[in-house]
Amino acid sequence: MRKSRKIYEKEVKITLAGAPNVGKSTVFNALTGMRQRTGNWTGKTVETAKGTFAKGGTKFTVTDLPGVYSLSASSAEEVAAKKYVEENRDDVTVIVCDASSLERSLTLALQIEKIAPRCAVFVNLCDEAKRSGIEVDTDELSRSLGVPVVAGAARHRRGIEELVEVCAELAEKGVSERESVAETPRELIARCDEICRRAVTIKNAERPRVPLADRIFTGRFTAFPVMAVLLALIFWITLRGANYPSEWLMSFFRTAERGLAALLDTLALPAAVISFVTEGVFRTSAWIVSVMLPPMAIFFPLFTLLEDFGYLPRVAFNLDRVCRSCGGCGKQALCMCEGLGCNAVGVTGCRIIASKRERLIAALTNSFIPCNGRFPALIALISILFLNDPSRGVFPALILTLAVALSVASSFASSFILSKTVFKGMPSSFALELPPYRRPKFGEVIVRSIFDRTVFVLGRALAVAAPAGAVIWLAANVEIGGVSCLVHASSFLDPVGKLLGLDGAIVLAFILGLPANEIILPLIVMIYLSGGALPETGNAASVANVFFDAGWTSTTVICTMILYLFHSPCSTTLLTIKKETGSVKYTLLAALLPTSFGVVLCAAVNAVCQLFN
Amino acid sequence: MSKKRKKSRVKEKTVTLDILKPGDEATVDRLTSKCKMKDRLTSLGFCRGEKIVCVMLSPLGDPAAYLIRGTLIALRRSDARGVAVRF
Repeated sequence: MRKSRKIYEKEVKITLAGAPNVGKSTVFNALTGMRQRTGNWTGKTVETAKGTFAKGGTKFTVTDLPGVYSLSASSAEEVAAKKYVEENRDDVTVIVCDASSLERSLTLALQIEKIAPRCAVFVNLCDEAKRSGIEVDTDELSRSLGVPVVAGAARHRRGIEELVEVCAELAEKGVSERESVAETPRELIARCDEICRRAVTIKNAERPRVPLADRIFTGRFTAFPVMAVLLALIFWITLRGANYPSEWLMSFFRTAERGLAALLDTLALPAAVISFVTEGVFRTSAWIVSVMLPPMAIFFPLFTLLEDFGYLPRVAFNLDRVCRSCGGCGKQALCMCEGLGCNAVGVTGCRIIASKRERLIAALTNSFIPCNGRFPALIALISILFLNDPSRGVFPALILTLAVALSVASSFASSFILSKTVFKGMPSSFALELPPYRRPKFGEVIVRSIFDRTVFVLGRALAVAAPAGAVIWLAANVEIGGVSCLVHASSFLDPVGKLLGLDGAIVLAFILGLPANEIILPLIVMIYLSGGALPETGNAASVANVFFDAGWTSTTVICTMILYLFHSPCSTTLLTIKKETGSVKYTLLAALLPTSFGVVLCAAVNAVCQLFN
Repeated sequence: MSKKRKKSRVKEKTVTLDILKPGDEATVDRLTSKCKMKDRLTSLGFCRGEKIVCVMLSPLGDPAAYLIRGTLIALRRSDARGVAVRF
């Protein structure tokens, strides 16, 4: 539905309310055609979302409230939802319910009925209910509730047309003052149960058995192995699948860069300016996009598929105890998984954690988890370690697994430390809904994820890489006393570097690489070669020679890897942390925490290695 | 005459939700949790007379998942202790 600058005859405002996991956001998407992120995961929608659509000369504005079980004000979402409904009581309020568990959603409908006179009920997920032998008599339900009831399945757009018509009719209706009878929660639930008894018929009602999927995903002996295997599978698909596209993108950008240089040449710009634009700004951005985009475009769709399927709440369920002993809660494990894709996304994901204290702990320790941007470099470093070793085989994979395990362990450890020092407090109360498994909408998820991610990465490349490229070019090409600033800086940092088992160039690269992890390795190469710009390509073999010529030993590789795992979050993540926490103090803490850990560990490992030499 | 009131003359065993094992069914009696959690549980449907079934345990033993009013909810043992039940 295209938004055009028409003057509409009528305007109707619709509010969507309902319990979590009833498919409210799917209804929202079906109505507005918007791509709101849906997820079979309680608490996905934590803010209200607005969208519009037009039909027959009428403009409809839809507001999607966060999922709440009732308006009893026992959580921030409930308070917000109640406030919104009360302030907008003249709007048409649609309460979305799950046909398979009507009693769950109906209490909210009964409560809203008392506040908002213009309401309707949409019984969603009827297709699923039918499969389980559950049928809802919409006429009976409408009679009992006293409001119009539409049944359907938003996923397949069934019932949506009818819902829009009902909303349009309701908007025309006059509002009569209905006297509301005060009810205690128990009376409300009793009335709700009575209505359900009359309106819902269940064929072959059997005792709830644990579905096979849950027995595998949360079983005592199968849960963790399955989790590890699934994660390893996602990694493998991501890294394998991203190789070819990354190389393709690099060669594409190489050609594009030459074209750009030629173009600027025809404009008779000075050589320095051309170099600044093409080799500085453009090439740096190209590096980030080529390295970052393909893995992200694969990792997040896979992750979202698991989420839509309903597996992720089970992960929080399995890991809650571990997280709790470190001062967090099960949902932190999920933010950590998202952090494997991108730390900035992981930090944003911490919104699903209700308790502010636990949310901060999760956000500040997320950067201990290596993101997609770091994996190619880690793999390159590991393969350098084994370059001269004929018996490569299984060792690289083992070391990578060890590196990830170490990161996860240190993330938990730092959470523990934070919970005992800066963020002291009691563990929060925790009630997590485990939604039924649903078949993910493969096509929609993959397309949506890829476009979301592409836009995010490209945006980030432009915002972050462009200035970074400018600074790097200037540092490399501006000379003081016949030697570039870069060389000055790297000599200055050499003593510090040697202490950590590295050298000045590596330390400088980490500092200059704050905007993006992807450019750290090429930066090291550039500094060694006294180049004026990042190298054109980079793979393990070509990089290895440069490193060994510069005096690298195995110790250097190991210490570089350690610093790669534990250093300050990239600037995008830091900005995200600042935005989410609203505090500069916490952002600085987020930067210091992994950095100090990395520095100490490097120095320790270096000291140990020196002993053995 | 001073009546000495003993705290509980007849020892009534309060059974709480956390003792349910997977497969056990019970009926919710009352909530003894702190205010905020109590509200949260009430809005999830934990009211006197509601049937509740313990469905499964987390692989590490805590939390456990309970089926109440058609919803599968995971509760920690410490929070489940705040729900008194009857068999």
